[in-house]
Amino acid sequence: MTAPLEVVGRSVERSDAVGHVTGRTRFAADRAFPGMLHLKMVRSPLHHARVRGIDLSEAERVPGFVRALTAADVPHNRYTILSLIGVEPEEEFVLAEDRVRFKGEAIVAIVAETEEAAMEAVAKVRLDLDELPAVFDVEEALKPGAPIVTHWGNNTFMYEGHPCRRVRLGDVEAAFARADHIVEGVYNSSPIEHAPLETTGCIAVPEGGRFTVYTNTQALYFSLDNTSIILQVPGNRLHFIGGTVGGGFGGKVDVIVEPIATLAAMKTGRPVRFVYSRSEEMQVSSTRSAWRIYLKDGVTADGRIIARKVTSYADSGAYSRQTPYALTKHAANAAGPYAIPNVSIDAYCVYTNRQPTSAMRGFGVTMASFALEVQMDRIAETVGLDPWSIRFLNAYRNGDMKPHRKLADDATLIETMQAAAALVGHELTAEQQAMTSAPRAGGDPGGR
Amino acid sequence: MASTIVTFELGGREVEVLVRPMTTLQSVLRNQLGQTATKDGCRQGGCGSCTVLVDGEPMASCLLPIEDVAGRRVTTLESLTPAEGLHPVQQAFVDEYAFQCGYCTPGMVMLSKALLDHDPAPNDEAIGQALAGNLCRCTGYRPIVDAIRHASGAMSGHDTEPVR
Ligand code: FES
Ligand code: FES
Repeated sequence: MTAPLEVVGRSVERSDAVGHVTGRTRFAADRAFPGMLHLKMVRSPLHHARVRGIDLSEAERVPGFVRALTAADVPHNRYTILSLIGVEPEEEFVLAEDRVRFKGEAIVAIVAETEEAAMEAVAKVRLDLDELPAVFDVEEALKPGAPIVTHWGNNTFMYEGHPCRRVRLGDVEAAFARADHIVEGVYNSSPIEHAPLETTGCIAVPEGGRFTVYTNTQALYFSLDNTSIILQVPGNRLHFIGGTVGGGFGGKVDVIVEPIATLAAMKTGRPVRFVYSRSEEMQVSSTRSAWRIYLKDGVTADGRIIARKVTSYADSGAYSRQTPYALTKHAANAAGPYAIPNVSIDAYCVYTNRQPTSAMRGFGVTMASFALEVQMDRIAETVGLDPWSIRFLNAYRNGDMKPHRKLADDATLIETMQAAAALVGHELTAEQQAMTSAPRAGGDPGGR
Repeated sequence: MASTIVTFELGGREVEVLVRPMTTLQSVLRNQLGQTATKDGCRQGGCGSCTVLVDGEPMASCLLPIEDVAGRRVTTLESLTPAEGLHPVQQAFVDEYAFQCGYCTPGMVMLSKALLDHDPAPNDEAIGQALAGNLCRCTGYRPIVDAIRHASGAMSGHDTEPVR
């Protein structure tokens, strides 16, 4: 006997609906605890500088000041979020050591009885900084003599010893030589801030040798495990409570507020609240990377793309966070949903002195799609086809080998375009209407 | 400067608070009175998540010095919510799925209530104008507009299907 479907096909009230419309939903920063302290951050006013000294004497005299934390207080100060999945090296600092690499980098955490006292003490910390030359452009950062951002001597993330993530299929140069047209383009995008309506934040509460952390992270166990590594305490002493996120869009997967708030709770024995101001959210939290993508395509007179060369640079900012992963994902998608027999992709994760960048909705792929689809229109123009025809002609099908050696088995580009054409009232040719993503009669188109 | 005592009406009750200079209504509500339905998205008048009604007018509580509220009538989402069930505006937000993360929702509900008090059957332009100061990063606003239309119908006694 099968039970009737109670949910599928019907609208169901969301479990959090009444909480949201009555304001009873508890967001992380809606909580308060007796004796709760407030943490505010002293941040670098410079894009790149050597840290010569930190003078706390005036700050310590602010009424309500409780304590300051510097790099020396953090048990495992150099970390990388993705070490959890084996990404190396550790290269970001919970609190800056001898160098700051972006404007807004955290240097000293101030803990005080009230938010106002914390802000006043932050303003009274004297930093002795020696400004260093900074670099803000991905290609400038790769030139000889550019200021070096990382601690290993060049400005790229290294993929198994290579300065970029590489994908190779066939022979692009040979195919360019026999192509009827070469179409080249360069595509740039700006950094984009997620701007969640609720800013990033958490409250860490000491509870009998354990710490309960109320947080609005999108990645609870990333936060817990990284906090465990940074504070060198076993995970069973950390109890993270989350799940209510006032907007994230990828911007709340970095592990920035929990480790330092938990450390402050450890050092003071009191609950500690660390919540970003709106300006910190805008100026310090990760953004989507700025990208520069060079495309070079070899095309036959009838519109078939026979070679595609992609050189991509993502501006990771001063630290890599989730961006190395973005470039890997990018490299797997940078040729687009097209059957192209010769492909070469070099995808660089570049360090600059800008604020670090990280996850944001489809990161690695979104900007590739933007570049590729503008490029497709330009190819169509070059060979005298309409934008629909160029895509039907080159669309990948099930059974095609993708450049990174994955067999396509879930291709739906053709069907999606057919549905889109119907929706916008565009008339397709009989041939286009008859096409499907089913495997080609002769198997993979080859030419390789 | 010394702290002062400020008295105002909150949800029909008189409240008295001891405040330091520069304290905002938002801070009094959230930090002294534990009324955290009023949200805290920016503290600079930019997002509307802290919207409350003062003498029936929607205002950004993060920009209101508490002294300016002395003797006035403040309505928050806590005071709008009936003891049982939901206010028609709240119900309309539930029915229209007028939120994703929910962080803008308290401000949106207060704003919608004020709008409908002034104009029980607002047209699209009036709704758009009323929403101009309140940001939603998630929904794209459409379901919020639908919820306001829906509430307008429900409150005038004849339920109208929102136009999609
Ligand atoms: S918190 Fe008041 S407008 Fe944003
Ligand atoms: S529902 Fe997330 S900001 Fe409106």
